[in-house]
Amino acid sequence: MIGRLWAIAFNTFREAVRDRVLYNLILFALLIVGASVLFGQISLDINRIVLINLGLTAISLFGIVIAIFIGIGLVSKEIDKRTLYTVLAARPVRRWEFIAGKFFGLVMTLTVNALLMSVGFFAAVLYVSHGLGRSDLSLVTAIYFILLEFVLITALALLFSTFSTPIFSSIFAFAIFAVGTFAEDMRGFAQMAHGFTRWVMTGAAYLVPNFASLNVIGQVAHSVRVEPRLILLNTLYVVVYTAAVLTASVWIFERRNLK
Amino acid sequence: MTRNLRIQTSYALLLAALLALSSLLVRQVDRLRSDEPLQEVLYIPSPKVVKRMSLGYSGLLADIYWTRVVQYFGEKHKAKAKQYLILEPLLDMTTTLDPNLLPAYEFGSVFLAQKPPEGAGDPAAAARLVEKGIRENPQAWRLYYDLGYIYWLELKDSAKASDAFERGSKVTGAHPWMRVMAAALAAHAGETETAIYMWTNILNSTEDQDLRANALNRLRCLRVDSEVKTLQERVDLFTKQTGHLPSSWQDLISSGLLRSTPLDPKNYRYQLVAGHVQVEKPDLFPFITKGLPPGRELKDMPGEVHATATPSAL
Repeated sequence: MIGRLWAIAFNTFREAVRDRVLYNLILFALLIVGASVLFGQISLDINRIVLINLGLTAISLFGIVIAIFIGIGLVSKEIDKRTLYTVLAARPVRRWEFIAGKFFGLVMTLTVNALLMSVGFFAAVLYVSHGLGRSDLSLVTAIYFILLEFVLITALALLFSTFSTPIFSSIFAFAIFAVGTFAEDMRGFAQMAHGFTRWVMTGAAYLVPNFASLNVIGQVAHSVRVEPRLILLNTLYVVVYTAAVLTASVWIFERRNLK
Repeated sequence: MTRNLRIQTSYALLLAALLALSSLLVRQVDRLRSDEPLQEVLYIPSPKVVKRMSLGYSGLLADIYWTRVVQYFGEKHKAKAKQYLILEPLLDMTTTLDPNLLPAYEFGSVFLAQKPPEGAGDPAAAARLVEKGIRENPQAWRLYYDLGYIYWLELKDSAKASDAFERGSKVTGAHPWMRVMAAALAAHAGETETAIYMWTNILNSTEDQDLRANALNRLRCLRVDSEVKTLQERVDLFTKQTGHLPSSWQDLISSGLLRSTPLDPKNYRYQLVAGHVQVEKPDLFPFITKGLPPGRELKDMPGEVHATATPSAL
């Protein structure tokens, strides 16, 4: 089973690399270097802050865009190209293994991409700050949270890919990412409602993915430490929520008639 | 040159020519619209809406808005503008997007407070901005320092300035000079008891000999102010009761208003000149505001406090 999962995952990674996904690294490098020089000249006293904000935002947004645009095609593309039938019929691969393999493959792609960006990002921070201190450890936490974001959005994109067309899947995925950034506000609004509305709103607020607590970029830009408890809780949340989304994906995919 | 290379070169040249042409056209358009009031427009006036629209990436947007503030201020300043219409809203936007962006409060308040054409000439807005910064960053002692200066130099409100320095002095890591400023300004505001309390605190809590000497000097002067005030009240009371001015301290002692001839902290006698209480040697008390001979200006003015209270001058 592990071998089959690895084979699908590695194949997904290889396909993504073949699709020139890693070209975004060049854009990232240009962005970081350009912004460091530009903001140093036209702004006031925020060189390091802008570098951290821009670097981490770019790592996050680039990854989310890649996760959505590749994730939405992971299943539907295989169906369109009819390669899925070959995989599932000719090889001893179960449907859930296919979904899980695709998921891990894309997460691996995004992780490699983010790690390469992080190397460039830390080099730029080192250059601007003339050294790295203990407080810069919070930057690592922020990158870890960004990876958790990728895990969530990949699972969601994959879910939509199991039952919808790529265009609609991408719309759904972007929409749910946007709604997820308002998760904390939604819970606040739900508290203000009464009766049945409150029940429905509270349910919806807890059902949408909580992207809000995974974004600590603003915090770490000012060297504010991230609570270890938040790291633990966010990790557990992403593991549980992703498992739920993947379960839903497998469930839908198992019920699909692929003939 | 092979045919293929010729085709590739032609494409490259055509592309370069078209891009150059489009750049020229953009320049023409810019020239045509150079008078457009784009600088004075906030496309989305609500900081909260912009924050919501940022999808969590508000830090980067704040940096961009801060850069816009710097550019806007720079252009207006260069043009010697009398009005900075969107400076305050831009700063509000920046600090709502990133409430911890300290340079925006520190430099922004300077931009707002300075008189035109150096700045917007709106010190009240500057004070509001820094108060917002303090609410969001209560541990940033430099913001209290900035606020103190705005109240002191721009709004001429020594009491509020003293309060700002005093609040800031309680923040961990604040420069000891903050307490000096608070005490000096409290004295200037006429709140002598507060100043005595703060200078005594400084005296008891510092090992710095210069700072201690300055605190002692200040306390002596405050004591003079306090004693002159009390003595003057007794003199006025004597005048009211007897219908004439006292000729010497002996008159007040005889009438039971004083127990003995009053001495200043340096053991010189207080002088009674035409019903007014004065110190004998005013030069020994450089910061007193009461008991000065006629014609002597008050020395405890803001600029003087600043000059004498800086750590290097203590």
